[in-house]
Amino acid sequence: MTHPGTATPAARIAAVPEKIPVTLSVNHKPAKLVVAPWTTLLDALRDHLNLTGTKKGCDHGQCGACTVLVEGRRINSCLTLAAMQEGAEITTVEGLSRDGELHPLQQAFIDHDAFQCGYCTSGQICSAAGLIAEGKARTAAEIRELMSGNICRCGAYPNIIAAIQQAMERS
Amino acid sequence: MTPFQYTRANDVADAIKQIATDPYAKFIAGGTNLIDLIKYDVEGPSRLIDISHLPLRSIEPTSAGGVLIGAMVPNADLAYHPVIEERYPMLARAILSGASQQLRNMASTGGNLLQRTRCFYFYDTATPCNKREPGSGCSAIDGVNRINAILGTSEACIATHPSDMCVALAALEAVVHVIGPAGARTIAIADFHRLPGNTPQRDTNLEPDEIITAIELPPKGFSANYSYLKIRDRLSYAFALVSVAAALELDGETIKEARLALGGVAHKPWRSTAAEAALLGQRADATAFAKAADWLLHGAKGYGHNNFKIGLARRAIMRTLDQAARGTPQSISDKKIR
Repeated sequence: MTHPGTATPAARIAAVPEKIPVTLSVNHKPAKLVVAPWTTLLDALRDHLNLTGTKKGCDHGQCGACTVLVEGRRINSCLTLAAMQEGAEITTVEGLSRDGELHPLQQAFIDHDAFQCGYCTSGQICSAAGLIAEGKARTAAEIRELMSGNICRCGAYPNIIAAIQQAMERS
Repeated sequence: MTPFQYTRANDVADAIKQIATDPYAKFIAGGTNLIDLIKYDVEGPSRLIDISHLPLRSIEPTSAGGVLIGAMVPNADLAYHPVIEERYPMLARAILSGASQQLRNMASTGGNLLQRTRCFYFYDTATPCNKREPGSGCSAIDGVNRINAILGTSEACIATHPSDMCVALAALEAVVHVIGPAGARTIAIADFHRLPGNTPQRDTNLEPDEIITAIELPPKGFSANYSYLKIRDRLSYAFALVSVAAALELDGETIKEARLALGGVAHKPWRSTAAEAALLGQRADATAFAKAADWLLHGAKGYGHNNFKIGLARRAIMRTLDQAARGTPQSISDKKIR
């Protein structure tokens, strides 16, 4: 197959692509959307479903603020398309509490004052929920390594580690 | 970002059929690199063909005694697979040295091979880059080239390949299984990635209409004497300045077989048959390791900001070989290099 080389973006597509229907399950509720093909899961959650707990930090997979759970696994929602997650169960920070009770991680972050500005917090908490489910981290060093995808520019790391340790002990 | 269409491939045959109809279409699997490149306007596909749901997610033994890894197995699942942990721990540790757990949960095994360089100028569309725009020039050669290559470079490109996984795969002599319109074929990992030469726009020898279906590991995993050491600017979640995969087979203190590959220093994982041959029959000590390092770094050339990589690589090679010989591989979470 020969590659015809570079072309102007306009020449590559015959017409502006049509929007596509996507069905997700978000925090155990079905969500039907019609989105442009390039809509990321992050933008779908924030702009289409009004779930703004998930934060857009860098939008390039470098900061972890957009971390959500897909089928229980933590991922960066800025680097996947909503369309790619058709039918998937998505859990955001809004879906962690149960019957009005905070999730043990949410309570632990409060107990340990594990944030300052709070912008990274929902990503930290979703990531930590994924970490606990994975069961690969036991020591503080292992938690630090496996939480390295979540950046906290306020530098609340020692308290974040303490909060995760508390939640791990109680889970 | 350039608008694009989205379609899903039902099976491998459908994926090959779909990509043949549109020269500007691209496959998407994990998406962790491609979506980022689209956001930066470095890539502008007309269509993304989603192959992430293809049934290529198994890890199975081969009749040869090795392991066949489906191209869609997520990086995290591969690293934590009991067979990989037990028989190919160097591969497991290389994977866990790269990216973050979120990204490893998303990124596919096949896609890891197809990551594009992290050269700053490749990402910066305001600057010339022969890899992004052939013939426009290389900004890195006379630019800020601290992260760039010291081996196998050309006047056209001094980019490095960013993968950790591929460095271990190179040392293990993995084989890449691909399918295209002309049928299935296999490519040795050493022949999969290319040196930049005059065509830095081509990272690999995979054809645009071919799809990776699996990675095959040969039986030998070197699980007794191995190490993967990654040197980077942060303790975690950063690309390698230099990384080393070292695997030895020892008879007492004598080296019977040696595998050695470098990451972060070239357009592909860097191996040298001379370096590995120099270790054979030798006592596993600093004298032998120094000779191997000299061979592996033969012809290394700095471009100013990255001159330090040559000395750093030499010390990293010697340390990693020593860790492998002692049977004390570098820990992923304890960052102290012992």
